[in-house]
Amino acid sequence: MSEEMVLSIYRGDANGGQEEEYRVPLETGMVVLDALHYVQAEAAPDLAVRWNCKAAHCGSCSAEVNGRPRLLCKTRLDQYVGQVVHIRPMHAFPIIKDLVTDVSSNYRVAKQIPAFQPRTPAPFTMYQRDVDRVQEFHRCIECFLCQDTCHVLRNHGGTDQYFGPRMMAKVAEWEMHPMDVADRRQFLKDVAGLPMCNVTRCCVDVCPEHIVITDNAIIPLKERVADQYWDPIRALFRRFHRPAEGAVPGAGSDVSSRA
Amino acid sequence: MTTNKKSSSNVNVETIERHQYDVVIVGAGGAGLRAAIAAADGQAKVAVISKSLLGKAHTVMAEGGVAASLGNVDADDSWDTHFYDTMKSGHFINNYEVVELYTKEVADRVLELESWGAVFDRTPVGKIMQRPFGAHSFRRLAHIGDRTGKELIRTLQYQVIHHSVDVFQEVTTTRLLLDKEGRTAGVFGYYREDGRFVIFQAKSVVLATGGFGKAYKVTSNSWESTGDGAAMAFQAGAELMDMEMVQFHPTGMVWPPGVRGLLVTEGVRGEGGLLYNSQHERFMLRYDPVLHELSSRDVVARSIYKENLAGRGTPHGGAWLDISHLPAAVVKSKLPGMYEQFLSLADVDITKEAFEVAPTTHYAMGGIRVEAATGATNIPGLFAAGEVACGLHGANRLGGNSLGDILVFGRRAGMAARAYADDHDQGDLMSGQMEDEAQRVLAPFSRTQGERPYQLMAELQEIMTNYAGMVRSRDTLETGLEQLKTLQERSTRMVISGSRAYNPGWHTIFDVQSMLVLGEAVIRGALAREESRGAHWRTDFPEELPEMGAWNFVHTFQEGTVVVRADPVPAMPDRLARLFESNQSPGILRKQQRAARRGGDS
Ligand SMILES: Cc1cc2nc3c(=O)[nH]c(=O)nc-3n(C[C@H](O)[C@H](O)[C@H](O)COP(=O)(O)OP(=O)(O)OC[C@H]3O[C@@H](n4cnc5c(N)ncnc54)[C@H](O)[C@@H]3O)c2cc1C
Ligand code: SF4
Ligand code: SF4
Ligand code: FES
Repeated sequence: MSEEMVLSIYRGDANGGQEEEYRVPLETGMVVLDALHYVQAEAAPDLAVRWNCKAAHCGSCSAEVNGRPRLLCKTRLDQYVGQVVHIRPMHAFPIIKDLVTDVSSNYRVAKQIPAFQPRTPAPFTMYQRDVDRVQEFHRCIECFLCQDTCHVLRNHGGTDQYFGPRMMAKVAEWEMHPMDVADRRQFLKDVAGLPMCNVTRCCVDVCPEHIVITDNAIIPLKERVADQYWDPIRALFRRFHRPAEGAVPGAGSDVSSRA
Repeated sequence: MTTNKKSSSNVNVETIERHQYDVVIVGAGGAGLRAAIAAADGQAKVAVISKSLLGKAHTVMAEGGVAASLGNVDADDSWDTHFYDTMKSGHFINNYEVVELYTKEVADRVLELESWGAVFDRTPVGKIMQRPFGAHSFRRLAHIGDRTGKELIRTLQYQVIHHSVDVFQEVTTTRLLLDKEGRTAGVFGYYREDGRFVIFQAKSVVLATGGFGKAYKVTSNSWESTGDGAAMAFQAGAELMDMEMVQFHPTGMVWPPGVRGLLVTEGVRGEGGLLYNSQHERFMLRYDPVLHELSSRDVVARSIYKENLAGRGTPHGGAWLDISHLPAAVVKSKLPGMYEQFLSLADVDITKEAFEVAPTTHYAMGGIRVEAATGATNIPGLFAAGEVACGLHGANRLGGNSLGDILVFGRRAGMAARAYADDHDQGDLMSGQMEDEAQRVLAPFSRTQGERPYQLMAELQEIMTNYAGMVRSRDTLETGLEQLKTLQERSTRMVISGSRAYNPGWHTIFDVQSMLVLGEAVIRGALAREESRGAHWRTDFPEELPEMGAWNFVHTFQEGTVVVRADPVPAMPDRLARLFESNQSPGILRKQQRAARRGGDS
């Protein structure tokens, strides 16, 4: 099989740029990242693309292939036979060069999430059935494709207003940990911008780890926040069982998005 | 579009961005992050530098688990059994002090991760689950499915960002800076984003830069494993040891070509996967009648090779690995990553059919020689931990012992570096050293023609694979050395085009240079070790020789050449040597004795 593929790769930086075409022979099982490496070795050694593992484990190689946010190392090239393959950097993040974007905002907001706070030090007694649901979030490879796809981040200045789906999965991971005692509800509402999410589910569609971010993380988190702020009896009950700080009954929340 | 096309190589070092820290850690894999947490536990000002983004280091790829004798599923397990297994698999050239510290402390390090939010798979009574792995006496590997490395790095990464540690992402260091007394004074590097230089002054430096598996063509290692830290330290005067010991993991993917070398976790065999040759024979029953598929990695890798030599290999030169006899649901829950990896990259459903595997370069047992308790190198103020260091694994690493290694010795090196920084002043930087380095790093831009970095990388991998790979002899090694020397000479003329901004070709130049230095040490060590031991297999000396087992080969860098000497392997004190009197590990012995007593009672 020596079919030739045409790759149209974005070349440029913060000052602008355009797509440039490169030809690559198609090999059995080739992924888009292989094709970019071929271009680096043969034609453009300075072509910037981020990657580490080439095994879909590290989440470095995120970009947009024919308009869809994808991992370059997990995207088979043979599905595009007969088409030009357009490869562009992620849209929601500022470009550094070519396919590499500045994803540092994700690390900045991650720092603000109140950390896991266990009731007692390990060893914990926890049963598999109790950790199944948090282990789903542990699959995350921090590729930020969900962040790239979320319209709130895409259209409203990145993570400034809403920390984004990846960070909600991270919060859920700690919130739902059977041993965790921290209270992140006010943080979710007032700092992380959870109410901004209107559950369009676009993030779930692009997640290479198949994490159901909306139904399993975002909606339950919204419910926790809503409970605290809307249901005085449950809020009282909660406070009885574990002290909640800064509960302000009646403050604005986002119930509509639960529909 | 892209600016500063050809940058002048006359650099004024005074204008280079500078930072001052007590402790600088190079590397943000498990070892570097664990070191940072330990170093930052107090007043010390700490920075972590990594050439990729936080959470992306090679450690993220680890699959099978972390080995610790928690005894959650096999109560007979204990540190001394883990000690026994590790020394035995290392063919007794490991540093016993390192192994003792490791096996005594690793369980605490694993539990500490649990306290920090790691969620390992559970036993029916709610404890951390442990799975069997090759050549471990008991079920010992704590894991989360087949993505344990991710759990480890993510947990440590979020600990680090919640500590007061400054993280410099995508900064590549190219040189270790020393003061005029030869003490550590800092590191020199550049931001990949725009290529600008940066100098970190530090009282102490911890190298946690990982291994050099990228020196080989077929490898499970990530882009970053180019041995930079070991090469930097070596050229600055640090000693390397056991460089001939490169682990070839028996089961890498073989087909299609783009995924060749990608790891198939030992967890597949741990969960019950069986190996077959082309005649549908379970050949491991022949090569290791006791442990079968779960024999040590060197043995399984060589067995696959021998089956191919005998004409019983698979279509692409490997063996068949089959786990399809287990219920599909079990495979998917215990090995979800493997299931997905084969389905998406090779169009193979491992719950339904067998798949091809063949050996792949996996781990560097050798590296910077360090003191057991502190990770201190022979350069004052320089410490090393993780895959870049050596001593724990001897001639063959046990699965799961590396994730444990990076936790135990990352922490120890971090604490020692902090203590050193407390007791010492900042060494003075020498401006000549920095100028030289700036010029060296920029030189490839000033050439208009010369060698292409990607081409040299491919040739280097070809040489190491063909002449210093899994099968070696004096002939292949000497040919390899000769070719490597030519390549070293050509590597001084590498050229790059484009700008300094995020330029992978430019970066490749330093990767190649690091690996050329280490490659020479691998070959010279392999020539010196005239026997076969663990991962090191010489067809001209096929036997393991007791007299050779008394030595570690140590390398020093003197005026541009690698010099090898033999140092005696430290002898175990009686209390440890006694563990090896019978041919059974202490835990298995205890178990047998108990069973015998019980038999006698009834
Ligand atoms: C596929 C695979 C599966 C594995 N599975 C297991 C397993 O199940 N159990 C187990 O125990 N072990 C396993 N291992 C081995 C284990 O993962 C590694 O040995 C270990 O993670 C190494 O960790 P480290 O912290 O020493 O270095 P790494 O994780 O390699 O980190 C190196 C760090 O150094 C940085 N760095 C390197 N050079 C420079 C430079 N010049 N400038 C700045 N920064 C630099 C990198 O950016 C990176 O952050 C596996 C390995 C592979 C490849
Ligand atoms: S569901 Fe919420 S987080 Fe996901 S893409 Fe839509 S708005 Fe963003
Ligand atoms: S949740 Fe999914 S898409 Fe988002 S960062 Fe994690 S792995 Fe990527
Ligand atoms: S390179 Fe690691 S996910 Fe693609």
